[in-house]
Amino acid sequence: MRRIALAAAVTALTLGALTACGGGTATTAGGSASFSPAAQGDGPITVWVDATRLAAAKLYQQQNPQVKMKIVTYDGDANGSNYLQTKVSLFNRTGNGWPDVVFSSQNNETTWAVQSGFTAPLNKGLIPQSTLDGWATGANAPCTVDGTLYCLRNDLSQTVLWYNATLMKQWGYQVPTTWEQYQALGLKVATEHPGYLVGSAGDTFTPEIYLWASKCGANQVTGPKAVTVNTSGPGCTKMATLLDSLVKAKTMATSSVFSTDFNKNDARKVLMLPGPSWFGGALFQGGFKTPKGQIAAAPMPQWTGDNTPSVGNVGGGTWLLSAHSKNLKAATAFLTWATTSDDYQGKLAPGYPAYAAAAKTWLAAQSSSGYYASDVSPTLQAAANQVWPGWGYGQFSQEAIWAQTVTPGMTAGKSITSLLPAWQTQIANYAQSDGYKVSQ
Amino acid sequence: MSISARNRAGSERTTRRALWPGRAGHGFVALYVVLLIAFGVVPTIYAIYFAFTTAGDTFAGFSNFTDAGGDFRFLPAVGHVALYLVCWLVSLVVFVVGLALLLHRLASRGVSKTLRFLFYIPGALAGAASVMVWLFVLDPTVSPVAFLLKALGFTTFDQVVAPGGLPILFTLIAFWTGAGGWILVMYGALNNISPDILEAARIDGAGPWQIARRIQIPMLRKWIVYMCILAFAGGTQLFVEPELLSQASNGVAGRDYSLNQLSYDFAFQNNNVNTAAAVSVELLLLGLVAAAVFVARSGFFDAD
Repeated sequence: MRRIALAAAVTALTLGALTACGGGTATTAGGSASFSPAAQGDGPITVWVDATRLAAAKLYQQQNPQVKMKIVTYDGDANGSNYLQTKVSLFNRTGNGWPDVVFSSQNNETTWAVQSGFTAPLNKGLIPQSTLDGWATGANAPCTVDGTLYCLRNDLSQTVLWYNATLMKQWGYQVPTTWEQYQALGLKVATEHPGYLVGSAGDTFTPEIYLWASKCGANQVTGPKAVTVNTSGPGCTKMATLLDSLVKAKTMATSSVFSTDFNKNDARKVLMLPGPSWFGGALFQGGFKTPKGQIAAAPMPQWTGDNTPSVGNVGGGTWLLSAHSKNLKAATAFLTWATTSDDYQGKLAPGYPAYAAAAKTWLAAQSSSGYYASDVSPTLQAAANQVWPGWGYGQFSQEAIWAQTVTPGMTAGKSITSLLPAWQTQIANYAQSDGYKVSQ
Repeated sequence: MSISARNRAGSERTTRRALWPGRAGHGFVALYVVLLIAFGVVPTIYAIYFAFTTAGDTFAGFSNFTDAGGDFRFLPAVGHVALYLVCWLVSLVVFVVGLALLLHRLASRGVSKTLRFLFYIPGALAGAASVMVWLFVLDPTVSPVAFLLKALGFTTFDQVVAPGGLPILFTLIAFWTGAGGWILVMYGALNNISPDILEAARIDGAGPWQIARRIQIPMLRKWIVYMCILAFAGGTQLFVEPELLSQASNGVAGRDYSLNQLSYDFAFQNNNVNTAAAVSVELLLLGLVAAAVFVARSGFFDAD
């Protein structure tokens, strides 16, 4: 078994030895500022997508049969798997093999992809500014490095409070608008309807739902290689205390909403669930199979006295264009279509499109589908502009750090509050190992 | 062909064989040597070159090694691997030798064949696939042995993969995937012990326990040392088990657990092949030193 890993490593090294002995692989920051495309031709384009975005590539091929496309599915870098980065660093060594267009479910890819010269600048002549202006405000912020755009946002994943309208009405509960009310209702449900849930804190993206929305300064990326990490501010501690009290009351689940465990035991007992925009379609409709007409969305609760509403964000993938593409024309055409077209983004995509015009079509389709108990469009639209900008997109995966540091502690029965210092240390450690200057 | 022609051909063959008696052996070894150079020696030299240079191909001295040692993940990884090695080597020696002796005792009965087959099956599965099996076995909601996990107090996957139990888990997985082959090797070695010796011992009044302790195990010593050398080198390179577990648990357990994973992270996440190579070279040295100690202490190369 280890032999396989060894063989893989050895093969990689040997390949490198054979092909790139003199290849200067040293990467310098800003090396891609002077973008010089490869010799252009009319060859086929290679497109990497995850299973969900496969539909986009297939539809494009169907509508444009004259375009020669090679469609490859990969894990989409889900959960920060770094598959793309690993492959690109190997391709950089061998000097070929790069895909032309890539979808990634992560929105921090530019943190390494710009430095390793993989991504092409998009707002320097490849895509007209008028098209780029069509994205929702701030949607392309994770794609922008020093004013240059290096990727396009696929979807927004602003968080809202999903709830079961039927049960809320039946039990005479008001949808909470403040975190204080949310906590009080959670404790009430624990006594009145034990077994029902008001949220889940068992996923790797738990900090992005709760702590991001609560303006916790754990991830304040202040520059391309600078981050401020502080988990002891009120935004962090207040939310951690809230989560702890609900975990203790057993109305806050501690297993992942995607786990077989949750699906088997808890899926039918969800009263409320703060989560990203894609929870509606992907989780309630697709995963839990909650019947039609029950689920609705309300704005995320806010802390009493805080007048600037803020929400979190969970993912929202990005599309990257390779700087090595030998057919930039075809690649750019596909990239533009995949991110802006009504046919895909408006009618087929599972998540809230980052391109505003497509988002309108998408929202209309959501409300006409009749799945939701009430129209979710106003809530989602409002939340799209409320994602707290104090939480950045660093190279290190916040999800992976939370999973490794906080989840095992929670499983062992420790409170989130008691784990905050360890969490901060670990974020600082990983940021430093990626070359970030860390202030705490 | 006439008889004389055949005789002539036969005698030529004999002469040629006499000229170079080991030619078949050299042929077999040559193939191996080619592979060894391509996939063993060249990459090793390449790694050593990387370990002592910078990204700009200038000499770096030991700075890559100090970088690796200074990383916050390094010492924990050393601790993890050391703990795992203790569990893995002890369980390997005790259970492999024990089971091989048991198999040998049962040799006359049909059950031995069945057991040998059963021991070998997991080893016949391709490496990563057999680790994948464990990901299902360890998840209480889908595991076929869920009742066992629940009896031990585990109700969720995250509880099963809690950090404290990981060395035991990895040992279980590694034993299941890798020990079967060794049991058969030991069984073969036991069969090589002359029945006369065992017969003589029996006549002198030795029971099965005494035969095992005073005759069979001492005569197996070289095989045990050989197993320890390879298992030690393999164990320090722990990678697939924690890496797959890390993916299966969404990063809850097994991330940056072993030195090899750290090396992988350096190379592909921090884009620092030189420090990655330094970690690999350290693992190589560790394996060589351990092998040297085992060989020197056990008289591995002494003639019988």
